[in-house]
Amino acid sequence: MSVRTLEVDGKMITALEGQTIFSAAWDSGIHIPRLCHLGGLSDVGACRLCLVEIEGQKRLQPSCMTKVAEDMVVRTNTPALRAHRRLIVELLLAERNHVCSVCVLNGACELQDLAAQLGVDHVRLRPQYPKLEVDLSHDRFGLDHNRCILCTRCVRVCDEVEGAHTWDVAGRGKNSRVITDLGEPWGESASCTSCGKCVQVCPTGALFSKGKTVADMRKDRGFLRYIVTAREKKLWIA
Amino acid sequence: MPAKPKLATVWLGGCSGCHMSFLDLDERLIELAALADVCYSPIADVKHFPEGVDITLVEGAVANTDHLRDIRTIRGRTKILVAFGDCAVTGNVTALRNLYGLDEVLHRAYNELSITGTTPSLEGIVPRLLDRVLRVQDVVAVDHFLPGCPPSAEAIYEFVATLLGGETPSREGRRFGA
Repeated sequence: MSVRTLEVDGKMITALEGQTIFSAAWDSGIHIPRLCHLGGLSDVGACRLCLVEIEGQKRLQPSCMTKVAEDMVVRTNTPALRAHRRLIVELLLAERNHVCSVCVLNGACELQDLAAQLGVDHVRLRPQYPKLEVDLSHDRFGLDHNRCILCTRCVRVCDEVEGAHTWDVAGRGKNSRVITDLGEPWGESASCTSCGKCVQVCPTGALFSKGKTVADMRKDRGFLRYIVTAREKKLWIA
Repeated sequence: MPAKPKLATVWLGGCSGCHMSFLDLDERLIELAALADVCYSPIADVKHFPEGVDITLVEGAVANTDHLRDIRTIRGRTKILVAFGDCAVTGNVTALRNLYGLDEVLHRAYNELSITGTTPSLEGIVPRLLDRVLRVQDVVAVDHFLPGCPPSAEAIYEFVATLLGGETPSREGRRFGA
């Protein structure tokens, strides 16, 4: 496989042909913010947080969906990009009821961490306060739509790694929801294997283990690298 | 010697946890008293919000008619207004009732869950609840935001000391929730 050389934030880096800008940048220690990307799952470009500037292109590009090219010049952290990212996080926080103080994942949430990292100390937009369901029909897990950001990590891990495809997305715009099977309660899903992978990859407190209280939940994604390495390299190592 | 800047703290619709965290400054409260004149606070016996306050920390969301009246007075008499803690900044737990509306919440509390079985009429005795809980920024201009539920004593000290030094506190690293 041939190697490409490109410039990211003034630093010359090398990447494999076919690698995304996002992945090449992370390999070189340049950590582009993201909420929908997760190593081991396919990329969908849903959250728009990893948008970057590419010299010679007018439009911003999602770095998780854009392949590297020879002599490409990429900027990942300009004042304009930081302003866009702050606004995206504010939109996410305003859209549903993310009340960090009473969340199982308080203190370990990727959305909460990203807000702090980007300097989102308040939300300029008016909160929508939608009235959303909490599905507690499953024996071991819960789904709180109030905290879902529609990143679709649960959909992808269930389809691509577990092979069950219990999760999907229904509805459009502000009515979009993750659903189990054809919209039945999770506990009645015929396809769910109760493996819990969706819970572990969820970046927020939207998917959680039952019995966890405020700030009590921590997510473990070690299994993902383990399974992906096994598949790709036929080696049972993490 | 010039007069010390005047610092006030007020408590609207919140649990007082932010003020508990403020008290967790412990011996640094003495250092703070050397830097500023704490002219009004729920923990000081002062009846009326004074004129000419330099910095006011506002805990809590705007949930009733008294809060609505008071926050406007406070804004008019304060140079630098800080939304202090998640209820003031985002509405937080105080604003959870916005999902249901006031009537539904009162009905649930007094008719369904209480032995009285009726919603009491306390017109003129306690301030009327607003239909929707508002963030401080929804009512008056806010100069700085210090999120957290509650903000840690360290964050409060650093934030207030920075303001008293005439500097702007950094926005990065502030956290909603814990």
